[in-house]
Amino acid sequence: MLRGLGARLARHGSCALTGIIAHLRLLPPPRTAPGAGLLCAGAALSRGKPKSAIINCKNRCAKYCPSYIPLPSSWAVSIPFFHVVFTGKNEYDLLVIGGGSGGLACAKEAAQFGRKVAVLDYVEPSPQGTAWGLGGTCVNVGCIPKKLMHQAALLGSSLKDAQHYGWSISQPVHHTWSVMAQSVQNYVKSLNWGHRVQLQEKKVKYFNIKGSFSDPHTVRGLTKAGKEVSCYNIVIATGGRPKYPVHVAGALEYGITSDDLFWLKESPGKTLIVGASYVSLECAGFLTGIGLDTTVMMRSIPLRGFDQQMASLVTEHMESYGTKFLKRCFPTKVEKLKSNRLQVTWKNADLGTEETDSFNTVMWAVGRAPDTKTLNLEAAGVKTNSETGKIIVDASEATSVPHIYAIGDITEGRPELTPTAIAAGKLLAQRLFSQSSELMDYDNVPTTVFTPLEYGCVGLSEEAAVQRHGSDNIEVYHAYYKPLEFTVAERDATQCYIKMVCLREREQRILGLHFIGPNAGEVIQGFALGIKCGATYPQMMKTVGIHPTCAEEVTKLHITKRSGLDATVTGC
Amino acid sequence: LFLKKHKGSNDTSQYHLQALIEAAKYGKKVMVLDFVTPTPQGSSWGLGGTCVNVGCIPKKLMHQAALLGQALQDSRKFGWHFTEEVKHNWMTMTESVQNYIGSLNWGYRVALRDSKVTYENAYGEFVGPHTIKATNKKGIEKLYTAERFLIATGERPRYLGIPGDKEYCISSDDLFSLPYCPGKTLVVGASYVALECAGFLAGLGLDVTVMVRSILLRGFDQDMANRIGEYMKDHGVNFIREFVPIKVEQVEEGTPGILKVTAKSTTGDQIIEGEYNTVLLAIGRDPCTRKIGLDKVGVSINEKTGKIPVNDEEQTNVPYIYAVGDILQDKLELTPVAIQAGRLLVRRLYAGATTKCDYVNVPTTVFTPLEYGACGYSEETAVEKFGEENIEVYHSNFWPLEWTVPSRDNNKCYAKIICNIQDNERVIGFHILGPNAGEVTQGFAAAIKCGLTKEQLDSTVGIHPVCAEVCIQSHLKVTSKSCIHGILG
Repeated sequence: MLRGLGARLARHGSCALTGIIAHLRLLPPPRTAPGAGLLCAGAALSRGKPKSAIINCKNRCAKYCPSYIPLPSSWAVSIPFFHVVFTGKNEYDLLVIGGGSGGLACAKEAAQFGRKVAVLDYVEPSPQGTAWGLGGTCVNVGCIPKKLMHQAALLGSSLKDAQHYGWSISQPVHHTWSVMAQSVQNYVKSLNWGHRVQLQEKKVKYFNIKGSFSDPHTVRGLTKAGKEVSCYNIVIATGGRPKYPVHVAGALEYGITSDDLFWLKESPGKTLIVGASYVSLECAGFLTGIGLDTTVMMRSIPLRGFDQQMASLVTEHMESYGTKFLKRCFPTKVEKLKSNRLQVTWKNADLGTEETDSFNTVMWAVGRAPDTKTLNLEAAGVKTNSETGKIIVDASEATSVPHIYAIGDITEGRPELTPTAIAAGKLLAQRLFSQSSELMDYDNVPTTVFTPLEYGCVGLSEEAAVQRHGSDNIEVYHAYYKPLEFTVAERDATQCYIKMVCLREREQRILGLHFIGPNAGEVIQGFALGIKCGATYPQMMKTVGIHPTCAEEVTKLHITKRSGLDATVTGC
Repeated sequence: LFLKKHKGSNDTSQYHLQALIEAAKYGKKVMVLDFVTPTPQGSSWGLGGTCVNVGCIPKKLMHQAALLGQALQDSRKFGWHFTEEVKHNWMTMTESVQNYIGSLNWGYRVALRDSKVTYENAYGEFVGPHTIKATNKKGIEKLYTAERFLIATGERPRYLGIPGDKEYCISSDDLFSLPYCPGKTLVVGASYVALECAGFLAGLGLDVTVMVRSILLRGFDQDMANRIGEYMKDHGVNFIREFVPIKVEQVEEGTPGILKVTAKSTTGDQIIEGEYNTVLLAIGRDPCTRKIGLDKVGVSINEKTGKIPVNDEEQTNVPYIYAVGDILQDKLELTPVAIQAGRLLVRRLYAGATTKCDYVNVPTTVFTPLEYGACGYSEETAVEKFGEENIEVYHSNFWPLEWTVPSRDNNKCYAKIICNIQDNERVIGFHILGPNAGEVTQGFAAAIKCGLTKEQLDSTVGIHPVCAEVCIQSHLKVTSKSCIHGILG
């Protein structure tokens, strides 16, 4: 490692040299007495020198190393030359901007190593004025409320099923939005509080302020005057927010997004959701499930990026479930009627016609974008992708500025998922402060779409597998199955489907697994682990099933697509 | 080529049907004998064996009925409104379940016919080498000969051997088709059958008591077993520990009637009495191997248990007679295992295959109200086999997201992973207690088959928010040795 470092140093200049030597000397530099003064890596060499010297050193480094090339990611641990450098009142080993899944995980992990950590979190209210507490998208306006409302909808189906199973429930059954919303919101607030408490317990300083860079080492609070935090290691984890369409009149004025939906006090009523992302389909699914008249308007394909056969099964099921679809349509304007309803005008791309209808609520689910404007990334020199606005990072989550890192939804090319952000945040903290060199592995990340019939997947879609390996080199095993619970409940299982994409060579390594059915997330998780372990088709077949479950069907897949045989599971 | 490859089988497990169908596929002449001896209460059923008729299928469906009862309560917290009074109708449920079973019975008949397997609803008994006698319901006897035989007669519930047991008590063979609601029920036994039945009966709103002689779920991880017991207790199931019934008397006839049960302490002389509408015996199962003429052909059985020892190719000591399923000695009593064993056997016999059935790391699930999924070693067996210092146990309590809003059962769900320190922290035991445990466990079983280690477990990304994610990454806290209880928020 030292030899490698030496080579790197030659390019780096003397400043980096002192930094690295100091760093090596001090590793691991536990922080025994926070606030006892500077515990700067550089201080070991410049003991007794005034603070300014260190700051100069830091500045020189930034100034004279414009051609800095990030070290190989496995050496990420060597990047932080100076663990603490401060100007002004605060000193921190790590500053995290954004208190969502990734940011909090990173902050808490760093604090566990005895580091002094600060988190800045501030929620800019949505255009409709919705705001929330600490915890980021997942907790407040994502996974948590979405899965709970999905559960509310599933319970609606349970009420119907229950009657087949002998429960007599007097009709009518109806759903009250406010009761559900209140319960969900109370739970979310308890999580906000839980996060506050956890930060306190771990001695992470939390500021409810919006961070903005004033230089590569200094972040200024925008809301409360005067707060300025400087820190060498800075992690940006501010996530993304729903996009609004730009050329639709009335969109911003009258429409809501998923940032608002979960916090509505009253039922959204008849709802139009524009978009075909998983956010759109999940929301449309649970709104339909609790009995609302719900329409999805989609311009092109559903669930872009997911396996398209699975995506069409998902939407096909939603149609039979009662969700309406306006396909190949795009909105042109939204107007408010005297009745307070919203009149939406759209174009049908197939027919070339213009159509209108009125709704109580119009929700945009046309994608999410990072909000990097207020971060003032230019001041820090952090590069973004000009198209997506996302921050460009390397395998060690370092941005174009080596001491500034980014994790989670704000990073370019990474999955927008809570567990990946959490894992990336933790690993980053471990690399920074605990001599670890383990990088986040973004391959084979499993995920689940919580549509009325859930869709879980891991690995490659069939299209991606074909593209990568050629259709002659892959084998797809598939099955249409019927969950046991559906039989007595007389539920239709037409879309309950499993697909395993394997390499065709002798070993038949599994490239992707796709599952549509109840509890898809629970089913996929363990198999994702198997695929991580390099599972092959024969190994899967050697696994004995658990009877009677839906997951056992995965271990019984034996019909190939190539054979053209009927893939319907018969018997049980 | 395929001449007279007659295959006689006295088969009560439907999955061997698949094996036979498979054999027929290879052009063999196959026959299946299946005959269900009615229970002392007169219950009987169609083709398909225990799993389909009086096991997995009806049990899971009735478990589902009970879960839906919980769902009804939860649903109010999620905004659903309906009148306060909700009743369960036993007959509606049972008829639906039985209709479904009927359709499966029919499906198997059709499948056998389609594959040209001869099916005889007759009782088979060996009478001499390569010869079996089939006796049908009317007492008509026929003799058949075959080159090879497969015994797959399975097991039936055991009775206590006390006054009144066969006259008044029912078993799981009767429960799923009981033409009346069982009412206040005493379940005798602590096997998984006992706890599953007690669980769903309580979930349907019945007054249920479980009488346990010693421990719960013998053979399973005892830490998990006790947690299951605790949960059931919290959900209204009464437990009478360390007692065994010594007498059952009828107080009143009826559907259900009233029975008086007298029980004796296993530790002292204490005698207790109680009145119940129904007494369900679930104290174990015995293989159906003693009345099929095995002595005539010289197939040896374990005299004590009645089970048949076989080699690793499911062959008995008589080379042309094979056995699979619940009647095997030291093998697992699980439907999917029986299917696998039967199918692989046929492939070895008739298709030149060599793959043997792998009885290692077979996952299973107990469908108690809080489901329990397991794969690999229990903590006790792992300690016994590898030594306490060589295993590491990672564990965590968890609270399913769906249970937060109804605010119920916090910290009752639990996951535990046992690793072998000396083998690169390979995962040798997986245990989870929570909703959909079966669905969760299946994939982990596949991963264990692929040699899963703790390191791989840590580097896999979770799916949020599901219960299964508790088992991966750093959600699991280190070792129960140190008695630190990990709690996932």
